[in-house]
Amino acid sequence: MPISFTVNGEERSVDVNPGTPLLWVLRDELRLTGTKFGCGIAQCGACTIHLDGMTRRSCVTPISMAEGSDITTIEGLEGPEADAVQAAWRAIDVPQCGYCQSGQIMTATSLLQQIASPSDEDIDNAMAGNICRCATYVRIRQAIHDAAKTLEG
Amino acid sequence: MTRFSLSVAMTLALAAPLAAQDLRMPADFENIENETERSAALFEEMGKVLTHPRCLNCHPKDSPTQGDDMHPHEPPVIRGDADFGAAGMNCTTCHGPENFETTGVGGIESIPGHEPWSLAPVEMAWVDLSLGEICAQLKDPERNGGRSLEELHEHMAEDGLVGWGWEPGAGRTPAPGSQDLFGELTRAWIDTGAACPS
Amino acid sequence: MNIQTSRRRFLTGLIIAVALPGLARAQQKSGAAAFFNELPGGSDEMSANAFIRVAPDNTVTVLIKHIEFGQGPYTGLTTLVAEEMDADWSQMRAAAAPADVELYANLAMGMQGTGGSTAMANSFMQMRKAGAGARAMLVAAAAERFGVPVDQITVEKGIVKAGDQSASFGELAEAAARQTAPEDPPVKDPGDFTLIGTDLPKVDSSAKTDGSALFTLDVYRDGMLTVVVAHPPKFGARVASYDDSAAMQVQGVRKVAQIPSGVAVYADNTFAALKGRDALTVEWDESEAETRSTETMIAEWTSAAKAGGEWEVEKSGDVDAALTGAEIVESTYVFPYLAHGPMEPLDAVVELRDDEAEIWMGSQMQTGDQAIFAKILGVDKVDLHTMLAGGSFGRRATPDCHLAAEAAEIAKTNGKGAIKLMWTREDDMQGGYYRPLTVHHIRAALNEQGGIEAWDHGIAAQSVVIGTPFEQMLQGGPDFTAFEGANELRYKTANHRLRWAKMDSPVPTLWWRSVGHTHTGFAVECFIDELLEKSGKDPVEGRLALLGEEQAREKAVLTRVAEMADQSGDFGYGVAVVKSFGTYVAQIAEIEDRGGVPHARRVWCAVDCGTAVNPNVIRAQMEGGIGYGISAALHSEVTFDEGGLIRQRNWDSYRILRISEMPSIEVAILPSTAEPTGVGEPGTPPIAPAIANGWRRMTGTALRRLPIIPVA
Repeated sequence: MPISFTVNGEERSVDVNPGTPLLWVLRDELRLTGTKFGCGIAQCGACTIHLDGMTRRSCVTPISMAEGSDITTIEGLEGPEADAVQAAWRAIDVPQCGYCQSGQIMTATSLLQQIASPSDEDIDNAMAGNICRCATYVRIRQAIHDAAKTLEG
Repeated sequence: MTRFSLSVAMTLALAAPLAAQDLRMPADFENIENETERSAALFEEMGKVLTHPRCLNCHPKDSPTQGDDMHPHEPPVIRGDADFGAAGMNCTTCHGPENFETTGVGGIESIPGHEPWSLAPVEMAWVDLSLGEICAQLKDPERNGGRSLEELHEHMAEDGLVGWGWEPGAGRTPAPGSQDLFGELTRAWIDTGAACPS
Repeated sequence: MNIQTSRRRFLTGLIIAVALPGLARAQQKSGAAAFFNELPGGSDEMSANAFIRVAPDNTVTVLIKHIEFGQGPYTGLTTLVAEEMDADWSQMRAAAAPADVELYANLAMGMQGTGGSTAMANSFMQMRKAGAGARAMLVAAAAERFGVPVDQITVEKGIVKAGDQSASFGELAEAAARQTAPEDPPVKDPGDFTLIGTDLPKVDSSAKTDGSALFTLDVYRDGMLTVVVAHPPKFGARVASYDDSAAMQVQGVRKVAQIPSGVAVYADNTFAALKGRDALTVEWDESEAETRSTETMIAEWTSAAKAGGEWEVEKSGDVDAALTGAEIVESTYVFPYLAHGPMEPLDAVVELRDDEAEIWMGSQMQTGDQAIFAKILGVDKVDLHTMLAGGSFGRRATPDCHLAAEAAEIAKTNGKGAIKLMWTREDDMQGGYYRPLTVHHIRAALNEQGGIEAWDHGIAAQSVVIGTPFEQMLQGGPDFTAFEGANELRYKTANHRLRWAKMDSPVPTLWWRSVGHTHTGFAVECFIDELLEKSGKDPVEGRLALLGEEQAREKAVLTRVAEMADQSGDFGYGVAVVKSFGTYVAQIAEIEDRGGVPHARRVWCAVDCGTAVNPNVIRAQMEGGIGYGISAALHSEVTFDEGGLIRQRNWDSYRILRISEMPSIEVAILPSTAEPTGVGEPGTPPIAPAIANGWRRMTGTALRRLPIIPVA
């Protein structure tokens, strides 16, 4: 049975084992490789996408759950918060190895969509599930504050 | 040499998983003649469920715990304003509508899930309370979500998230007995006057 | 476009290409310096290239011989070229150089590879010469076109000018390619630098914020099978037998095969491969497996460290005599096995054709990996694309090239076609190649003035190098990676001895970000801090007094960090200074008690790494190095049950730093005109002792075993 959903505004349909994690559908089937594999058990956040507007770890999301849903990956992320976050990320060169940064940016964007001007504590709480082994955390925190300031105008 | 333990709970992380427990039936308590004593005894039996890690882990004062040893939730999460985690990292960021069995992992065999999934409100926190205190709290509409005893029974006997405690997914010890039996115990406890253990 | 070249000319690093056939789309936002995900081979001439390509579209592409995994060589080496060419930063592009030891050897290693924080140090002159040569060829071409002598030509921001005539690099590229490359072009005086020393934006930041940067795991080839391997649950165990009947029933599983490192499952996609592996039943032969528990090993290692060990590494004066009858201060320090835990687990893509193989891999030792592929696959030609890697911290630089070997065995068993080998996080955590379990034992005696009369240091650890193809570099001597940082002790001691007890275990060990300094820095800096406290001395002033003239750079970073640090709060403050890989780093940590354990609130860091090519990258490496060090100080360890089973599997049990535990960090870079040294590793060693010293001074409790907060 094909499973249908929207990814980055495009209707997609896949015919795979319904237990397949969304992560592997995005990567192996749809070749949207910006969403990364880091742990497989929702510990690291590298696979974070937006599902119906909320952050979701795609590695623990069976594709059956995606039926009829609206999915956004790093490749299709857009809007004022996303633009501000990505610009802030570039401006202070947040990434080092870069592998976790898609997930970091998906979470940071969601945070700013919900809290326009987050405190350090808001940032720590939102980003607690996104591991960066290069420990770019100082700059992640700074970039989120910078993005919030940009959005204030 | 000095090493710290994050908490007493953390030091218990090596403890063996709990064995699945039995739950006695209301009929098993009929030999207690005094109705109040019988009611309190029934509640103590209910307490095997109420204080089981499957229930307590999501009835904390602040942040939830995990596992039979009730270690701090990893990754770290907070209760949040709606008992639903932080903005950007809600409960449903990881917990789906159903338990999710992992593949190729070993160790963590499943990620718990249910629709809905959230923490019990803070006024319903049970961690660190005695059974008598939990009982008093359960009967107090100020601290039980405004429920009458009948509504409390319905919650215990039929609520899906309560029921998850008996179907917690691979790698997790279920709560003792069954939700039906837990409902029957609750019924009998209410019918005998809903007395609390001292 | 065919280009006349010679091997020797390549070696000078001066090739100007006028076209870039098939070059992948540059990953960039408009108008910014950028990099290419992949530099595909064009014709044979094109694939045998050197360092610089100037294209008619006016881009300048620098071929980077070092792998980029966050430490910054794409940006740093491109900066060196742009500086000497007088290019505009926005026209610069970086791309991974092909694997070719004749052209792209690490000059510090004699093979192509990255490690020891040498990328900038060994490339500094080489890349500047390459840039200066390219500039000379462009200038010569312009002189012909403008009809003026070369000394009338100026170059600024990628524009070549003489009087009112001007041309871009792109316009001159074709003519420049016909010029003779100068043998030894002069480079700029450091006083004339305009790009070196500035915070140029990194070439890879843009592609790493929109998901377009490609890592090995992102490579998909037609008909490619994804492969995961069931590895032994204990180190030294081997496959005895296996039953694949259930695995073969999994939809999408194509093949199951035994390879030397385990049992490989080949499937159409990742999920099928993982399900297939779950369905395997493997019996393991554990007759040669490590079965000791961690606690048993620590007890054995501790006895060995106290006994001193068979290798007397250093000796001055008579330590035994000086200690006899003296009041002895002694400490034992215990360090666990550590996994590197790069965010991208190990992976490789191999496409095997008739007589050649094409590889995509985050290879940190290209020359070794290439040779292993050639040997196992039995092909002469191995095209290796060095991909961006999602972290390494040493993990991808294995002397035995075990990942390349595993990928090659998988490909060989599969025959022609493409395979992708993927390790899961559990494979990574349980796969060994750890920072060695290490125990230090130090005994010392002080004189009445607080001077160190004797320092007797024993270290017990496995060797990372002995028994590997790198052993020859030791020339029969002891493995310095086990004690580097404890030798050539920076503090004045009247009598000194350092001994190493080489321990043995089937657990494979490896260099881990800053190698020996990960533990020697802790032991030396914690012990000296205790000695200073005992004699009532200030931790900074006391250290300065024990450092000699030859430690001027240690003294300078220590003095600088003390000036920076605001130690006025009601917190613990701890200091440490470590020189590693030629770079000097001092740190002061501000410590608070967070639920009975230390939390670093703020960290001040002073670094002297010679010429600062890109201060922004240096600051980032110090920040990241500190975070990496805090993970190990607080949380991380790999441990074994009685019987040898590995306890840790994933990030839930092998804990690392999360954002809420990250301090704010202030970094000062000491001005210097010395040749640049590395920054990838040296930020890591001082932070753990700085935290422990701050905690001890605040609470009176010395921390002598890491991690401070074990998971279980």
